[in-house]
Amino acid sequence: MIERIRAIGRATLTQIGDLGRASLLLFQAIAGRSRVGVHWRLTVDQVYAVGVLSLSIIVVSGLFIGMVLGLQGYTILSDYGSEQALGQMVALSLTRELGPVVTALLFAGRAGSALTAEIGLMKATEQLASLEMIGVDPLRRVVAPRFWAGMISLPILSLIFVSVGCLGGALVGVSWLGVDAGSFWANMQASVDFWNDVFNGMIKSVVFAVVVTWIAVYQGYDLVPTSEGIARATTRTVVYASLAVLAFDFFLTAVMFGEV
Amino acid sequence: MYSRRLELSVGAFVLLGAICLAFLALEVSGLTQTGRQDTYRISARFDNVAGLTTRAKVSAAGVTVGRVVGIRYDAKTAGAMVDMDIQSAFSDFSMDTTASILTAGLLGEKYIGLSVGGDPDVLADGDVIFDTQSAVVLEELIGRFLMNSGSEK
Repeated sequence: MIERIRAIGRATLTQIGDLGRASLLLFQAIAGRSRVGVHWRLTVDQVYAVGVLSLSIIVVSGLFIGMVLGLQGYTILSDYGSEQALGQMVALSLTRELGPVVTALLFAGRAGSALTAEIGLMKATEQLASLEMIGVDPLRRVVAPRFWAGMISLPILSLIFVSVGCLGGALVGVSWLGVDAGSFWANMQASVDFWNDVFNGMIKSVVFAVVVTWIAVYQGYDLVPTSEGIARATTRTVVYASLAVLAFDFFLTAVMFGEV
Repeated sequence: MYSRRLELSVGAFVLLGAICLAFLALEVSGLTQTGRQDTYRISARFDNVAGLTTRAKVSAAGVTVGRVVGIRYDAKTAGAMVDMDIQSAFSDFSMDTTASILTAGLLGEKYIGLSVGGDPDVLADGDVIFDTQSAVVLEELIGRFLMNSGSEK
């Protein structure tokens, strides 16, 4: 009995410790002075790694999701004789939900896991320790640029995803299924509001960027420095980040669109 | 020290994001059409506004001239007050203009239709239209229909 209570206590303390270390990591990485010139260059480098290299997967999946929305929406809407509303359906579901969420999930799988593995390998091969030995703070040199790069890249990727998705929906709806192009775009423009829909979607995307990148760099920085530890941390990044994105999405949606 | 290609691709990436934002703003959400325009506010008092929402369009002769910006209950007249922002370009609605709540299509969204009268004075900011026709409530219509068909027998 005493042992069980002790186990609960130990688990609780571990969780709180994790949370505290993760917060400390984030705080030390982004707060405090940094040498702007050098770190800006490092950040650009990381934007290339996590942003530019993720472009292809984002564009392709955005196109296909837009096309599927167009196809599915058309089948259902034509039952009610209102296939002109297709543009509205495609654009609203992309800007409000699918754009930010799917981009964040893909980003967690494509870039988050890479971040964890990279930082983890640096730790396992004691590069982080050597940086510290020569007087360079690894948090600012390694973690901060990656964090900022994620913050910059994910919202941009989300914008690209939504745009490509709308074009994909238009491709299927207008070019293949014969919805009138004028009413497709006019309905879309009449129903999508820039601040309510597009801008709120961007806010979601920024929140997801913080969550995903934070989890990724923390898992990399805090892992057990063995090959097994790296494997486990990479898996944890993808699982935790995806779950966190979906949970945050629910709360953000409830706050943003709940009262309508 | 940094390769030109890397900087070029990051620059192009950020630029692409900006282009997509512009596309979403202009093409998808039609920001230019709903941008800041000079408007004046008039109100209309309805007995029943069932189904009307804010941001519904206000039209005259089928042309959109403004938007509904607020719906509130007016205890003094025991009815609903609907505030509308009308674009200043359409500033010549006569004082005896009537407002009715119409439905786009059979089950479509509700909007307000204005029909102009003959009074030489025109509505200005803050004026209220009392000559209105309320929303058609489908349940009432069906109820009345059933009552009538019952009494005919």
